Parts: sequence; C-alpha cells; structure tokens
Amino acid sequence: MLVAAPQTVAAWTRFRQEFADAAPEQRREMLRQRANQSRTTDLQMIGRAGLGHVGGDLSVLDILTTLFFAVLRVDPEKPDWADRDRLVLSKGHNAGALYTTLAAAGFFAEDELETFAGPLSALNGHPNRTKVPGVETNTGPLGHGLPIGVGMAVAAEMSGSARQVYVVLGDGELQEGSNWEAAMTAGHRQLTNLTAVVDRNRLQQGARTEETSALDPLDDKWRAFGWDVVELDGHDHLALLAAFTAPRGRRPVCIIANTTKGRGVSFMEDRVEWHHKVPSAEQISLATAELAR
Amino acid sequence: MNAAVDSPPQTYDCRVAFAEELIALARTDERIVAVCNDSVGSSNLVAFAREFPDRLINVGIAEQTMVGVGAGLALSGYIPFVCGAAPFLTGRALEQIKADVAYSQSPVVLCGMSPGMAYGELGPTHHSIEDLSWLRAIAGLGIVVPADPAQTRAAVRWAAGAATPVFLRIGRFKVPAVTPENQPFTFGVADTLREGSDVTVMATGTMVSRALQAADEAAQEGVSMRVLNMSTIAPLDEDAVRRAMRETGAIITVEEATTTGGLGAAVAAVVTSERVPVPMRILGVRREFAPTGDTAFLLEHFGLTAADIRAAALSITRTDA
Repeated sequence: MLVAAPQTVAAWTRFRQEFADAAPEQRREMLRQRANQSRTTDLQMIGRAGLGHVGGDLSVLDILTTLFFAVLRVDPEKPDWADRDRLVLSKGHNAGALYTTLAAAGFFAEDELETFAGPLSALNGHPNRTKVPGVETNTGPLGHGLPIGVGMAVAAEMSGSARQVYVVLGDGELQEGSNWEAAMTAGHRQLTNLTAVVDRNRLQQGARTEETSALDPLDDKWRAFGWDVVELDGHDHLALLAAFTAPRGRRPVCIIANTTKGRGVSFMEDRVEWHHKVPSAEQISLATAELAR
Repeated sequence: MNAAVDSPPQTYDCRVAFAEELIALARTDERIVAVCNDSVGSSNLVAFAREFPDRLINVGIAEQTMVGVGAGLALSGYIPFVCGAAPFLTGRALEQIKADVAYSQSPVVLCGMSPGMAYGELGPTHHSIEDLSWLRAIAGLGIVVPADPAQTRAAVRWAAGAATPVFLRIGRFKVPAVTPENQPFTFGVADTLREGSDVTVMATGTMVSRALQAADEAAQEGVSMRVLNMSTIAPLDEDAVRRAMRETGAIITVEEATTTGGLGAAVAAVVTSERVPVPMRILGVRREFAPTGDTAFLLEHFGLTAADIRAAALSITRTDA
C-alpha cells in the first residue's frame, strides 16, 4: 500500500483553504490550472508507460479535480477515515486521471506515477484499493461502480453519517444493465446522499454513443428512475462546484456533465481514436504547450 | 434388517439453522446486515426482516446490484450476508463476485442458498452445480460448504468474524446431522469423521452423510474407509489430501456439483503434483444438463448415492491395489 506524501498534502490543504477564501473567478482559475497540470502529468505518464486511456482521462479531469480540490471531505493522510466522503471511479480505465489527481492531493508521492503500468507497480491500468490510498474499490469492468456506490450510500444512511457518495461514470458505460438496476434501487430508496456524475463525452471506444446504442434522452432516463438531474458543462468548474454543493432534494442526484473527450489538447478533442492511443513525444510536448496556456 | 431400528434418520434444511444463527448474531452485532434479491422467503429471511426491518436490504430482482451493494456495505464497515438462490447469485453476478468482492477484498459473506440440484424439478436453470468450479477459479475467495445444521451454524458464526470474502453454500435438500453440536468451524481444515486405512472418501455438503453410510456398508465387506468432511473447498486442506494418499493409498471425492472444477479437480491437482500419485475417482455431476426429476432422483441419476460411493470404494481398492 502506498503512503501519503506529507509536503504535497500540506500544499493541497493550503489550496483548499485559499480556494475557500477566493472570489468566484479566482476559484475558476485555480481549478482550471490545477486540472491542466494533472492533464500534463497524465499525458507524460501515459507516454512513458506506452499505454493508457488518454481521451477519457482528459474529459474527466475537471470533474475529479473539482471533487478532490474543492468538494470531497477527505484526508489524504487518513485514507481510511470512516466518515470520509466516498469517490468511486466506475470508469476504471481512466485510472490515470484518478492517479494524477490523488498524487496531486498527496495521497501518495508524485514520483510513484513514473511506475504507472510497470512491473509490480501499485498503479495498475485499473485502480486497486488494496494498493492505492484514495481508491475506494477496484474497478475496471464497466457497470460496477454504481451498485457499490448504492451500498456505500445505504451504509452511510444506516450509520447516521453525513458522508456523501459520488460515483463517476462513463457515458458509454451506461449501456451496461447493472447501472440501471442500481439506479432503480437508489431511486426507490431515495438515497439523497448519492450523486452520480456522468462524463458525457459522447464517445465510446469505437464510435459515438449515439451511433452505437443511443443513450439520449439521458436526462429523462435518470428522472424516470427516480433521480433529480442536473445537466451542465463538465469543464465549467464553478458549475460543477455549484451542482455538488447545492441543497439536496429527496432523490439521488445525477449530474450529466457534458464533456469533450481529449479536452484541452486540440488534436485530440472529440476524436474517437484518442480513446487509448498513446501520444508520441512530439505530441506530448505540443499538448503540454497548449495546456500551459 | 429390523425396520423398527432402521427408521430413517431425522433430516434438516440447513437454511433454518442459517437464519436462526444469523438472527442470533445480529442481536449482538449491529454491523450484521442481510442483502437479498427479492428472495426474502427462499433465503429464509422472513424472521430476520421482522426483527430487523432496517437491516434487510432487498434490492429487488437484481443480482449484480445485490453483490455490488454488499461490497459497498462491507467497504463501509458492515458485515453483509448477501443471500440469493445459488444459481443466480453465482451465475448472474460472477463478475461482481470476482471484481467487487474477491479482488477488492471486501469482506462480504456470499450465501448461495439451495445449491446443487436442490430445485430438482425446476430444472437446470435453477440448479447450481457449476458454482464450485466457477468460484474456485477466483483468487482470494473462501468457499465453504457446511454439511449439516450444526456446521451451518458454526460456519455462519465464523464467517461473521472472518473479515475476508467468503462464499457459503447453504443447503435446502434435507440432510441428517453428521457433525457434533457446538463444534467451532475451522476454515481450511478437513474434518475426519471416520478413520480408515484402505481408501479415503472426501465428501462435501449433501454427500457427507452418504459417504458415512457407504463407509458402514464397505466395512461389512472388509474395506476400511476414511471419511473426510471437506467443508472448505478453497483453500483446500492439501495436507489432508497428502495424508490420505500416504495412509490410505486411494482417494474418492464426492460432491453435488460438476466434476469439471470443484472439489474433485482441486484434490486431483494435489494428487497429481506428488511424485507418486495414488488411484483416484471423482464422483459428481457429469457435464450434462439434468433431466426432469426431484433431487433424490437426480442424485441417483448422477451416481451420487451411498451405494455408488461404496461401489467406487470397492472397485478402487480391489482393482487398483
């Protein structure tokens, strides 16, 4: 099991304090810069490893950054704290985005990212909770995160804890029926401590979701299963923050976060081939320059 | 034979002992909860639901979600007993068992109710004979098959404190008592129910009482049969297998499950890895779908009676000696 990096945790703690005190536009800029740093780290990590799921990593990073740097009640030095909020990355193939975010928050040393996908690394191509602090459950096969999140939300409710449970889902992943079993259960039980975030980038591995097995009208589907639905720009950090912190109604909340796969790198954006293509060194330096703007 | 003395022994549905023990444990440990897939009745959870209405999470007919919810509860400090008919729990939710429970090391107690061919006439869709093969292939998952009500109670008690992923196979087909009351369950250790020197029968679940009966019958024909209750299928008690090889020179395994990968396959892997293997027979369900019939008929159809075990013992000791 990896261990926390105290200096990075201190920096993360300062960031959260400064963020709390900052004006809205300053907050937006803080999260934008933080997310783009993670994007750069992620690209370098994938380039070094020679594998990864770059497109979805880039689309989900604003969601993960907003959660870890502005929303989640977690303590990177106490990853087992019982009353922490839970973040389940159901789209486990975007482990790279989770690893870079967790490392930036100090859950483990950023140097560790250099081992990504290497022999005996704690950082497998899909996340493993027994090796990586901050990972709540092992994901990878799609359609697993929401049922587990439902169990976590039921547990929080039963034990009278105020902790919140967030499940980040891919949109293509919603073609798995198990999500809808869990959505039905959560709606039935009115789990107000459960939030599903759909990274709606409209691309799956081989094609557009709507050309493969259409998901729209996606908002109506969630409403019909008993959820409140918020649709927003999944790269607008303040919109995400507002949705995560809004007063809760009597139903679980689904945030449909409209995103762009490959976000932030012009030649990757909305291109299906960048699902898991590995960028060349030259492409990484071009991308890094774009993300530094 | 004297009919008055030979009246059939009393037999038990192990789900009753399971439910009683679960309720007893839940009274003293608030972390214990039950999760089910609409199977409140068939998992014998009616009394549990009456006493602990808020601690029975019925997700509806949704096995994948049932297991995922169990994992979420376990990862939040609860001790979930996830109960469903064994064919659906293991078949429909196999990937959840692998990823959410075993690989994630979430301490869920998976309770496969009415396994084997307990739902005889309902047919192969409702039989759970593949479960031992499927689950034995998954790392990090304990597989426990209690042989009777007393062992069911002990296994439930053990599982509640085990803090490790485990599958309990809870029988519905009525079996006689074969283990002493109040004997603690020892995970991973085979119980010697009968000593013997000519052949060892390693039996599990519904087959244990039949093995004991076969031992009585074989003794009359001069064959000394050791009977082991293999209540843990994984991890296998490999030492017990090696002792059986060394001390009895022949092994028969018997299980109400397919012979493709369950107890027999596990034992055979140990036997064949020794420099000098011993003769072995694997009794179980052939790799074919069962015809229509009740459980007793089907056990006979697939050669899983005491007479079949006795015949295997006589054959292995006489022809392979």
